[in-house]
Amino acid sequence: MREEPAVGRGDDKWAPMMRAALKGDEAAYRRLLEEIGRAVRAMARGAFSRMRVGDADIEDVVQETLLAIHLKRQTWDGGPRLTPWVNAIARHKIIDAMRRRGARRLEPIEDFEAVLAAPQAEDPHLRSDIERVMQKLAPRQREIVTAISLDGQSIAATAARLSMSEVAVRVALHRALKSLAAAWRSATQ
Amino acid sequence: MKTADLINSLAADPIAPPIHLGRRVSLALALGAAVSLAVFMAALGPRPDFAEAARTVRFDLKFVDALALLAPSALLCWRLMRPDARPGALALLLAAPFALLAGAVVAELSLVPPDLWGTRLIGTNWLHCLILIPLLSIAPLTALILAMRAGAPLHPALTGALAGAAAAGVAATIYATNCTDDSPLFVASWYPLATLIVVAAGAFAGRRFLQW
Repeated sequence: MREEPAVGRGDDKWAPMMRAALKGDEAAYRRLLEEIGRAVRAMARGAFSRMRVGDADIEDVVQETLLAIHLKRQTWDGGPRLTPWVNAIARHKIIDAMRRRGARRLEPIEDFEAVLAAPQAEDPHLRSDIERVMQKLAPRQREIVTAISLDGQSIAATAARLSMSEVAVRVALHRALKSLAAAWRSATQ
Repeated sequence: MKTADLINSLAADPIAPPIHLGRRVSLALALGAAVSLAVFMAALGPRPDFAEAARTVRFDLKFVDALALLAPSALLCWRLMRPDARPGALALLLAAPFALLAGAVVAELSLVPPDLWGTRLIGTNWLHCLILIPLLSIAPLTALILAMRAGAPLHPALTGALAGAAAAGVAATIYATNCTDDSPLFVASWYPLATLIVVAAGAFAGRRFLQW
């Protein structure tokens, strides 16, 4: 039986999941990222279609947002509401993406609350730019991200395959994710 | 790579210990101020007649001005490191040091005969002021920017500029103990100019280092 994260008074639906995730509940974290991903996708799709910039970059925005949330998660204040925090990060990344595509006039972007009714599944045919960005990683980092992301290998299996210690794989993975965010930023500025 | 794949990597990345942004920034400001103060005491120290000067309104007003700049800009930095923060009414308080200076200038102009205005404004140490305030800002500004890198400000340049203002507030507080020009005419001309240099440096550093 799956243990549900404890919900405190006044919590929004994501705050307890993030609190559990920050205590090491990987399953809760995975579910949280999936939910946030769907919400960001809906938000980005809405914003993009109103600006008529097409859908091509949607997964880029979703992935960049998830990466940013991941790398900043330990600075979230742990209060009852996670939604405004996530919302602000997503909006920031969506606006960035629209600027990159030359949108001059930026229409207001709706809050999550407005788009949550229609969470969107990932379009399997859309590719993101992340492969191109990953070319900037060191070969060993790229290998580790690929093994864990695409092949769904565990840290332990990756460590055994690359004859590294598990700690070394964890450290390399974390550095790779940080460089990924930085590479993305510099690729798109 | 699909988003679902990326989530595999994110979920496998070990949790990091929580970062208390507010605590970190307060600590950075305190450390930066301590370093600047130590350097100042070793190199210059307060002016010899510090105790007497401290009993004059003009001298004390310099500290009120500097702290009126330091407090709102530090608090705004503290707040704007978070993406979901709003500046709110705190931003209005940034006008406080200007209002104070303007009031003091009007008072000074009415108290001092016009033929002294020029000498009071130029003072004896304006170059000192323009050099020392930026120099004494280096440690607090560096410490603040480093601490704020953990955060996620929506406006990196603006947040950096506020860090610059806070650092300049620290530097002006320290420098004012040495500066022998107490007239508001001097303070209103040179202190803001020195502050502007640090604010510009902060904006530049923010743009460069506070992107995420």
